[in-house]
Amino acid sequence: MEIIRVTNLKKQYGEVLAVDGISFCVREGEVFGFLGPNGAGKTSTINMMIGLSRPSGGQIVIDGIDAVKDVKKVQKIIGVVPDENNMYGEMDGFENLCFCAALYGMRKAEREKRAKELLEHFNLAAAGKRPFRAYSKGMKRKLTIAAGIIHDPKILFLDEPTTGIDVESARQIRELILGLKEQGKTIFITTHYIEEAQRVCDRIAFIVKGRIVKIGTVSDLLNDAVRGHKLSLKVSGSLNAIRGELETRFQNFRLEFSDENSLLITSKEPVALYPVIQWLDSKGISVYEAREIKPTLEDVFVKITAEKAKVEV
Amino acid sequence: METAIAFWNILKKDIHNYYLKPPNISWGIIFPLSWTLMQLVRSPGNVEIIELLPGLMAMSILFGTTSMLAVTITFEKRSRSFDRLLLAPISISTLVFAKLSGAIIFGMVNAFVPVAFAANFADLSGTYWPLVIIAVFLIALTSALLGLLIAVSAKEVFEAQTFSNFFRFPMLFLCGLFLPIERLPGILKAISFCLPLTYGTDTLNGAIRGSSIFNTSFNIFIMLMFSALLFYLCHRNIQRNWIL
Repeated sequence: MEIIRVTNLKKQYGEVLAVDGISFCVREGEVFGFLGPNGAGKTSTINMMIGLSRPSGGQIVIDGIDAVKDVKKVQKIIGVVPDENNMYGEMDGFENLCFCAALYGMRKAEREKRAKELLEHFNLAAAGKRPFRAYSKGMKRKLTIAAGIIHDPKILFLDEPTTGIDVESARQIRELILGLKEQGKTIFITTHYIEEAQRVCDRIAFIVKGRIVKIGTVSDLLNDAVRGHKLSLKVSGSLNAIRGELETRFQNFRLEFSDENSLLITSKEPVALYPVIQWLDSKGISVYEAREIKPTLEDVFVKITAEKAKVEV
Repeated sequence: METAIAFWNILKKDIHNYYLKPPNISWGIIFPLSWTLMQLVRSPGNVEIIELLPGLMAMSILFGTTSMLAVTITFEKRSRSFDRLLLAPISISTLVFAKLSGAIIFGMVNAFVPVAFAANFADLSGTYWPLVIIAVFLIALTSALLGLLIAVSAKEVFEAQTFSNFFRFPMLFLCGLFLPIERLPGILKAISFCLPLTYGTDTLNGAIRGSSIFNTSFNIFIMLMFSALLFYLCHRNIQRNWIL
């Protein structure tokens, strides 16, 4: 069941059309990734959805509520984690969480209980009485995420959740995102990190220059992006002398030689490896490593942005 | 109830985070004290403290309130913690009233610092306190709204401070604090009648010294009109500038 529906959404800043009539929907309980290069319109879109910016056109419906007309109703059921850690530096972690809970009208006992629970959950209990400004970047990020879910929202908007933090904290945050998904939360995430999106998202939309250019599940996007199969071979002898012969013998394949001991085979059909190994062996060359190259979302992203650039040229 | 909880916590946070900081407390004490001393030193002959009191009170409110609100909101906007308030499920009006309340309370407390000093050296038994409180509240309200208007327009803290001074200093010199309004040249006199502080100071003069240019009801009415106008301008600009 869809919980967010965006239809023909537009945002114009003077002469610049930052968001150009995009439409998509997000299903309840899924992690939806919104990916795109800098300036693609990700933050403009998220800001319109959460009520920090007014659309120039189009419609946003969140959990059946018109998010343009009834923005305050929507803000009750959403949590937002901005790309910057915007907590109050002079207040400690516990006070910050209690304050954020109070903004949602939670009573003192309830907000203190919830703040303590979240500090425990995010491994910040020991730092609960320390001022926010004294936190490390990873701790700041975790507290900002905790503040985003203090009121137990149905939908969580995460803008670049792991930008600028260390590997370990980023891993913890990804685990937290997956934990929230297990609790049934719907998560809308924007990120620069394609690998991260591949790990946590159920579906992804690619936005380039204000337009959604591709949308689908991670596996659909991967299948669409790289039609064919890739195999990388490492061999013991030099391929230079037999290069022409190899290309003539295996005309169904596209062969790339990155150095004299490496061969990359690309084929529309699955590559039958045995004839290749056998043929190379007959030439006195042994294959000591064969690896299937699987496409990544990065390949999809590069392909999509390249296609978009070609269309515009 | 939920709105009341949010309102109270925003107010409490502002008082705790900004107004109760040592630099602001010392500002609230040192500023009126140094102005009082300056006036006493520079005035020829014996100047009565009671004559200085209305002006000092008005000045303490104006300086404390406008700059504090303008700077704190601009600072929060800059650090984006203000987005947290805009994202809360409370109306913009509730948020604005909570912010204004902090500044008004700070301004009113500041106003009574000179009174506390003056009480040691002057006879304030003739003062009509209910009117003093009304005047102090209205000066704090208009000054806070002016600070809010600046905060809505400024993007940087230094801009907020510059804009504050742009409004405050002309008001200070034209509201009758240093020169009686009757002695101002024609154009300046006209300008002084367009400033809310003129009417606030006049009300305080009436309540403390028993002499005022205008009728008290007229002063209060004009101050309320200024408040309504400033509130309208703030609300309009907030809708334009805070939710882009």
